[in-house]
Amino acid sequence: MLWMNAKRLMRAGFMNFYRNGFVSLAAVLVMTVTLFCIGGVVFLSATLTSTLEAVKNKVDVNVYFQTRAVEEEVLALAESLRALPEVKDVEYISREQALLNFKKRHENDELTLQALKELPDNPLGAILNIRALEPSQYEGIAEFLKGDNALARDQKPLIDEINYYDNKAAIDRLTHIIDSAKTLGFGLIILLVILSVIISFNTIRLALYIAREEIGVMRLVGASNTYIRGPFVVTGILYGLSAALLTLILFYPLTFYLADSTENFLSGLNLFEYYLGNFGLFFVIIAGGGIILGAVSSFWAVRRYLHI
Amino acid sequence: MIHFDKVSKIYSDNSTALDDVSFSISPKEFVSVVGHSGAGKTTLLRMILAEEWPTSGTVFFQERDVHALKRHRLHEYRRKIGTIFQDVRLLPNKTAYENIAFAMEVAGRTDDEIASDVPYALELVNLADKMLNFPRELSGGEKQRVAIARAIVNQPDIIIADEPTANLDPINTQEIVKILKKINDLGTTVMLTTHNKGVIDSLGRRVITLDRGRIIRDDPKGKYSL
Repeated sequence: MLWMNAKRLMRAGFMNFYRNGFVSLAAVLVMTVTLFCIGGVVFLSATLTSTLEAVKNKVDVNVYFQTRAVEEEVLALAESLRALPEVKDVEYISREQALLNFKKRHENDELTLQALKELPDNPLGAILNIRALEPSQYEGIAEFLKGDNALARDQKPLIDEINYYDNKAAIDRLTHIIDSAKTLGFGLIILLVILSVIISFNTIRLALYIAREEIGVMRLVGASNTYIRGPFVVTGILYGLSAALLTLILFYPLTFYLADSTENFLSGLNLFEYYLGNFGLFFVIIAGGGIILGAVSSFWAVRRYLHI
Repeated sequence: MIHFDKVSKIYSDNSTALDDVSFSISPKEFVSVVGHSGAGKTTLLRMILAEEWPTSGTVFFQERDVHALKRHRLHEYRRKIGTIFQDVRLLPNKTAYENIAFAMEVAGRTDDEIASDVPYALELVNLADKMLNFPRELSGGEKQRVAIARAIVNQPDIIIADEPTANLDPINTQEIVKILKKINDLGTTVMLTTHNKGVIDSLGRRVITLDRGRIIRDDPKGKYSL
């Protein structure tokens, strides 16, 4: 009995779909636009995230040590920094390495190199490059460095300079921009999705408006509400599924075409590779979104006409 | 079988569709309801189908108050009634066969029953050769015959026909009336509204005459007289 009814509802849903070909086409196209928006949102958030990630990685804090700081002391500090949960990684540059870097940077500057040779000893101290997980955490790390006792010997601090305080304004500003970009992006995404869902919903409602007399006839013949609603929900799911397939196919040439320009413009994220690499995710989001949107819209739209 | 007990339907102060109407219909009767447009014929039928609620009074169908039925049980009740309308109301995207099969499907009949009963019903209305045509490919009389086949296929207790011949020529009208009579002879109660004098006179059955919402005449072997 249950199986017989399920089979009949499916068959009736398929028939609705292909016998009202033109209405189906219109509904599928509008839903394609919606799913396109949802897919676009995924791309947008991926690009945004990877761009922000790239920018964040360029921010770090450098700790310059006095020349009298011993390597063990510096390495011990680096170890305790790594233990902090906010710290992503710590790069150690020894005094010798710092000197090499300096020479390399000024290899065309004879005067500076000459001056360097005049000095009796390597004038450069060791350096720690610290990278935090979040830009907002640099302040805490800087405070930690200032307060740590291991940094002093004979009552004199071993740290020459922490450039966080020079960069503070820039880092604060960046943190702020990243936060706003996230909030704004998220808000826009929600708005876009809501708008397109409303448009899809209305299109399906219009498609069913055409069938309202049919629904009246079905009721008079003695069809139960489930029996009337079932085929329309199946049709709605078919709309969603067709629109999802269309969207997934359209994304292929589109991302391929956009891949080069986005890769140069933004942080090296290749949209085409991203699409292919995350195809499973896209399939679930877009096909799932389409099916849910189609089914729910139909369900509600028929409900509207069942209470005549 | 059907009993109207002092039923009134008042839409607004100066629009009264039914005014204190009482009558009974016994099983296997063939009852015609006549009257001018706006006399309340359609309202009367819609009352029986529980599509319209009375302002006062009660409508009984087999001793049960029709309007006391729960909303979600209405469809089961409606399966006991076969309805035929002036504007046929076939499902446009289904063939003649599928339209009739649909009525059986919603009643939960099996595929085997459908396969054997639908052709039989179509044969009864002389349309066996048009079963795969869509409604738009059928003439007015043929469409109405499909509607009749749909109404009878579930073997309802009563057939309600609301001016089924209003849009048909005399030959098709006679054909429809003949079919309705045949259905009645096979044991189904028929309730028909019409303002076709020829139909009423050729039937020679019970006639209820409505005028401005009131029953002004109820003859066991009536003629059309207004």
